[in-house]
Amino acid sequence: MSDKKKRDQGGADIVKGKASPIHGVDLPGGDVIGRPLRKADGLDKATGLALYTDDIQFPDMLHAKILRSPLPHARIKSIDYSEALAMDGVVDVMVGSELPIPYCVIPWTRDETALCTDKVRFIGDGVAAVAAVDEATAIEACKRIKVDYEALKPILTIEAAKQPPEDEAIHVGNRRGNQHKYVDLSFGDLDAGFRHSTSIAHDDYYFHGTTHAPIEPHCAIGKPEPGGQLCIISATQVPHYLQRELARVLGMAQQNIRVIQPALGGAFGGKSEPFDLEFVVAHLARKTGRPVKCLYTREEVFYSHRGRHPMAMNFKVGLDDEGKIQAVRSKIDLDGGAYSSFGLVTTYYAGQLLTGPYDFASYGFTSTRYYTNKPCCGPKRGHGSVQPRFAFECALDEAAAGLGLDPMTVRERNTMPRVATTVNGMRVQSNGFLACLQAARKASGWDEKWGKLPRGRGIGVAGSMYISGTNYPVYPNEMPQSGVTVQLDRSGRALVLCGASDIGQGSDSMFTYIVAEELGIEPGHVRIVSSDTDLTPVDLGAYSSRITFMAGNACIDACRRLRKLLLEAAATALGQSAKRLRLAGGYAVAVDDTAVSLPMQEVFRLAEAENGTLSASGWYNTPLLGGEYRGGTIGSSPAYSFTCHVAEVDIDLETGELRVPKVWVAHDCGRALNPVIVEGQMEGSTYMGAAELMMEDQDFYPADHAAPGLHLGPSLLDYPIPTSSEVPEFEALIIESLDPEGPYGAKEAGEGPLHSTIPAIANAIHDAVGIRLKTLPITAAKIWRALQETH
Amino acid sequence: MAESVLKLKINGFVRRVAVSDQETLLEVLRYTLGLTGSKQGCDKGDCGACTVLVDGEPVLACLSLAKRNADKEILTIEGLSGPEGPHAVQDAFDNAGAMQCGFCQPGMILSAAALLERDPEPDDEAIRHALSGNLCRCTGYTRIFTAVRQAAGIEADRKGVDPRPAPAPPVDPKLP
Repeated sequence: MSDKKKRDQGGADIVKGKASPIHGVDLPGGDVIGRPLRKADGLDKATGLALYTDDIQFPDMLHAKILRSPLPHARIKSIDYSEALAMDGVVDVMVGSELPIPYCVIPWTRDETALCTDKVRFIGDGVAAVAAVDEATAIEACKRIKVDYEALKPILTIEAAKQPPEDEAIHVGNRRGNQHKYVDLSFGDLDAGFRHSTSIAHDDYYFHGTTHAPIEPHCAIGKPEPGGQLCIISATQVPHYLQRELARVLGMAQQNIRVIQPALGGAFGGKSEPFDLEFVVAHLARKTGRPVKCLYTREEVFYSHRGRHPMAMNFKVGLDDEGKIQAVRSKIDLDGGAYSSFGLVTTYYAGQLLTGPYDFASYGFTSTRYYTNKPCCGPKRGHGSVQPRFAFECALDEAAAGLGLDPMTVRERNTMPRVATTVNGMRVQSNGFLACLQAARKASGWDEKWGKLPRGRGIGVAGSMYISGTNYPVYPNEMPQSGVTVQLDRSGRALVLCGASDIGQGSDSMFTYIVAEELGIEPGHVRIVSSDTDLTPVDLGAYSSRITFMAGNACIDACRRLRKLLLEAAATALGQSAKRLRLAGGYAVAVDDTAVSLPMQEVFRLAEAENGTLSASGWYNTPLLGGEYRGGTIGSSPAYSFTCHVAEVDIDLETGELRVPKVWVAHDCGRALNPVIVEGQMEGSTYMGAAELMMEDQDFYPADHAAPGLHLGPSLLDYPIPTSSEVPEFEALIIESLDPEGPYGAKEAGEGPLHSTIPAIANAIHDAVGIRLKTLPITAAKIWRALQETH
Repeated sequence: MAESVLKLKINGFVRRVAVSDQETLLEVLRYTLGLTGSKQGCDKGDCGACTVLVDGEPVLACLSLAKRNADKEILTIEGLSGPEGPHAVQDAFDNAGAMQCGFCQPGMILSAAALLERDPEPDDEAIRHALSGNLCRCTGYTRIFTAVRQAAGIEADRKGVDPRPAPAPPVDPKLP
């Protein structure tokens, strides 16, 4: 596939002459970087040896189960667990009042407790937990806990949440009723922008709820250790934030809590904050003095959720005579579910991340998040901006149609400059969007297809932009966002220590490649210890597509300190100037005479003899970024990735059945440190986006149903995710714009390539049958109905 | 609940285990025998992460009662590789970059190995069909299809991929 790779070498021009404090600008020869190497943990996983959380057992371990609310909204009047506690095999029971300190991953919106203390807010809210000798006993004991509820009227829609609460607000004391967060921002002169527009598209769109559905369910083990310490092993993607919140809620010193994340079976944002089971196993381990494990059932995974927010969106896009975007205005309501989660950020992201890849001078959004009595929404891959991107890109096509413009042309015409500051103050230093459009246009045969395919078949395009990490950590501090320590061993090995979470995206492999590149050793001689808060420097975790950019830069920083010592040692031994030496392929070698060389193992030993034990730490922190207004830092990132999708569809005009035979995804990842892994992220993102449009639906029975608030089908059968038989064909086209601050020029690839999948398919449906479907998911039934109406 | 001692032939060895009537094969493999390579993703037969081969055929271990597998040949992911190294399918999955989180892979690899046993040169449709009971949430399946084709020898390995494991560090006898 690498021969298909399209390089945007023109991007290098923005690098020239810029002095950056970050090492990423100078590009090495690429002995390792840029090659399609195997992953560091590939064979471990292929042979079944990799240990995931539920694979870990401890002697004397207990099993915990959480009793969950059968009601969507109710006060807890009393809990009687005496019968459960008396059962043979039950060791302990806990209730919410034992851990009443509220938590949230965002410290400003702590509105959740480990287990409910006074009321339940969705079907599935945790009420009590049992520790027993085995899981079956714990399940049986949960059934014998008597909870007396006083039912309250459930609030299940955005519209209901806007009304004054009939019984009481979901969070009593919230001064805005069931409104959680309100953001209203405007930039430039919107009125003038729409006055100058000759074609205006203005419509309502709706993005439904979808969930992450990682194949590994959440699991956690709490383990008491000597000296009053507590070790939590968890399927989390944010060990550092989990450690902080555990310490607060348990009332323990942070240094007495160790969080370890073993191999992780998928996350996609669904494991990026603390969950009830982590507090439960920690507390029960502390109470019983024994290790305690809790494994969610698949049903619990659906109810714990934190997935994509349903959004009701009104979008207005204005184009002038030439098809230039003059103004964009949106009003967005978010259905947040029962708690905050990352919701404060989501509310901002819904507006803040839409100001690229197109250049426009006036923009405004009003974004409001509401509490409802449903599982809490949060960040899912492409956090906050996947939903408005769908609406925006559909509206852009509509407005372009008003001018008779080709959707590809209107996007090319509006592409922002390579180096730019967006209307809301985001700094963009590398931008390969135009190359993405051109690559996808060519590969897909756009010019021969758009508007020319027979009825029922169509092609569509959409573009997007996404962050490579956020500028500010979720709790304000001046310390590095990522730290990496590299130790060199006289056997010839390097050990990398970093708090970053490999959740399958390949961050451990990324460290391997960087160390091998920088120190000239074989990738197989690099060992990684990651995501263990006792052993590794802090990295803030796997979210916001931050690890390659931030931890990658930190790793280069550590390596360059060691590299200097290694080059000096080799130079002395070989009688050469250090400048004339390369470290590559396991040797220090003279650039002009390859016969002059020394194995790296010997170089390590010489350097250790000269300098003492070899170890260095490197770190990364973002420069000061963001607009000068309240919320101006939310969405500001050191670099932005760019994506273009072109999708082809094939619709059965009799039944409305939608097939997506192929999707082309062109993504500007700055630089592909390993093109196989980057293409894997692009394909996986595109698959997930296509699935959201075509079939996935995280929805709940309405208020007038016998079981309001109940999930429609919390299983991997009823919540369909595409099988190998249903998945479209993908073609990944890598574009490299070389970001001046990214490691070797790299930016993110894990989330950006999801966004524009959805509008590209929606736009292709329009090309195929001339109908504009504005409510997701787009099922055969919806297409069929629309086809009937247009007849 | 009734219990019995069961003889299971797993990865070529007979194992005697005490099981209760309602215990599944997956529970016995994972929690009694410590063969944790077989994963539990849903515990109701929807995801395929628990797939093992019983007499060469893919079976969902979470839906199969342990006692119904007496005297059958069970192959788990741990038994697929041997002293000679990983099985060709395992190696191809690693080589093709088919692995992201890896959680679905033991089941997926066993389904692929069973396919290649009965159809050494499957076409794309046969590959898609054979793996349709194993859900993957990371990859979009593209690279998994590539891996199966590579293992079957239908598609050449991607050029430039390093052989694994890496060679041992060069040993210099002069070193202390």
